[in-house]
Amino acid sequence: MTFLLEAKGMTKRFGGLVAVNNVSFGVGAKEILSVIGPNGAGKSTLFKLISSFLRPTAGEVLFRGERISDLAPHIAARKGVVRTFQETTVFRNMSVRDNVIIAHHLRSKASLLGYFFATRQAKEDEAAFGRSADEILGFLGLESIAGETARNLPHGHLRGLGIAIGLATDPAVLLLDEPFAGMNHDETMKAVAMVRKLRERGLTILLVEHDMQAVMKISDRIVVLNFGQKIAEGTPSEIQRNDKVIEAYLGIEDEAIGL
Amino acid sequence: MSISRRIIAVTAFLILVFAVIPILIAVSGRKDFYYTLSSVALLSMASAGVWLTFHIGRINIGQGAYALMGGYVSAILVMSYGVSFWWTLPLAGLFCALASILIGLPILRLRGVYFAMVTLVLTEVARLLALALPVTQGAKGITSIPVEVFGLTLVPDFTMMENPRIAFYYLSVALMTACFALMHRLVNSRIGHICMSLQQNEELASSIGINIAQIRVIAYAISSFLGGLAGAVFVAATQSVYPSSFTVADSINFMLNCFLGGLGYVFGPMLGTLVLYFGWNLLFETGRFQLLIYSALMIALMLVLPNGLLSLGTLRKER
Repeated sequence: MTFLLEAKGMTKRFGGLVAVNNVSFGVGAKEILSVIGPNGAGKSTLFKLISSFLRPTAGEVLFRGERISDLAPHIAARKGVVRTFQETTVFRNMSVRDNVIIAHHLRSKASLLGYFFATRQAKEDEAAFGRSADEILGFLGLESIAGETARNLPHGHLRGLGIAIGLATDPAVLLLDEPFAGMNHDETMKAVAMVRKLRERGLTILLVEHDMQAVMKISDRIVVLNFGQKIAEGTPSEIQRNDKVIEAYLGIEDEAIGL
Repeated sequence: MSISRRIIAVTAFLILVFAVIPILIAVSGRKDFYYTLSSVALLSMASAGVWLTFHIGRINIGQGAYALMGGYVSAILVMSYGVSFWWTLPLAGLFCALASILIGLPILRLRGVYFAMVTLVLTEVARLLALALPVTQGAKGITSIPVEVFGLTLVPDFTMMENPRIAFYYLSVALMTACFALMHRLVNSRIGHICMSLQQNEELASSIGINIAQIRVIAYAISSFLGGLAGAVFVAATQSVYPSSFTVADSINFMLNCFLGGLGYVFGPMLGTLVLYFGWNLLFETGRFQLLIYSALMIALMLVLPNGLLSLGTLRKER
């Protein structure tokens, strides 16, 4: 199987601490792959490494066979690997629709000067961004809050807005940072359905998550981290039966499963 | 605002500054107001630059450095190289813009109070450089900058006019109008929205593919261009430039002008400069209490109107 996005021997040291140690895995096109692990397992660090927000100490990330791990985040995004953030990271003082419109940056055909002088191309871009933003908000069921200022939104909607911003960049791979954190059962089920819809749109999804139930439901494959190392990889049913995973989670069951 | 209301507002503004104010000055005989109002116009341009750096989320207390730099560039070009004053204006602006790109590339990586501190130091560095460099002639400064440079065929010879202050008034106000028109366009175009996205969250901005380093440098260069341009005209108007022509106090004032007018409004710096400049002069009557009353008023204003004077209009609408 050839992978769309592949992490090879990813290692990140912070001083003496090895946060991520020689982790390798790949994500196939239109696959939903989850990275799970107990608190402090290195999930967040791995997430930042893959999205080019951190540089690895060793190892590399390949996207379509090309190394992207030393690029600036905006160049990785241009290539098609886009991350979302946890809920509070939106453009807080803009309306929901403006948040999504600004995120169409990568689809700009006009230059910055073109926007200043409002050339025909710039006007076409603006109109296209507006239509696309409305489509995305409709797709995610957010059209009713399009005019709200982002800082006034409740948590669930903020998460949706974060995904809308990611979608606006027209990514090939969308990296989701704990998309189900802090959600109750109903909200989680809705979010799971939403992530499935993203895949139907043709996206490849890599997510980092705590919520075991949601992860088991949604993932094609799961990678399990503990103390910075990959301890297991497989389908949800394989992971559920894996002794190492059970061992890693048993000691801290309460936190990990959120009981 | 609808298009027709906007046209009315712009026309009213133009009539006010180009006709009503000169007539009022002529009637009242207070010709010193030409100089005062020219200063306000020029300082508000420099403040507009500071406002733009606020717009990308950076507190800029270094505009004095570029105003001083622009002033010296213009003065040196006129005095030593015989360049026409008119050419020195864009040249001074461009020189400052280039310098700010070189300075900005490293320092714009800093955020918050760290960037503010470095820019504050920048003003002092500019003053010390002006003292030390041979080309700036040290503490003596450059004086007696000739006014005949205004003899350009396009414009009537300023020296022929009974009061060159009037010419400077028109020049400053025209530049200010152009500056704010461009700023208004910039802020309301997609570039302005991109700047705003940087202000609100740089990490998110870069995650959606915005080259944040590039946008920051562009905004800072435009800011410094305006500072340099304003400085150059200021120096021509006073016919002299000294290392102390623009100091840390001026840099802070440029920033305060933005705060006072309102960081959310592109015309904030214009109103802020006007109120601050005249407010300070009005308080002159209070003698040694001038600074005390002035500071107390500023603190009170920031507490009552944290979004600046221009937020008064929107407050009323919300109620």
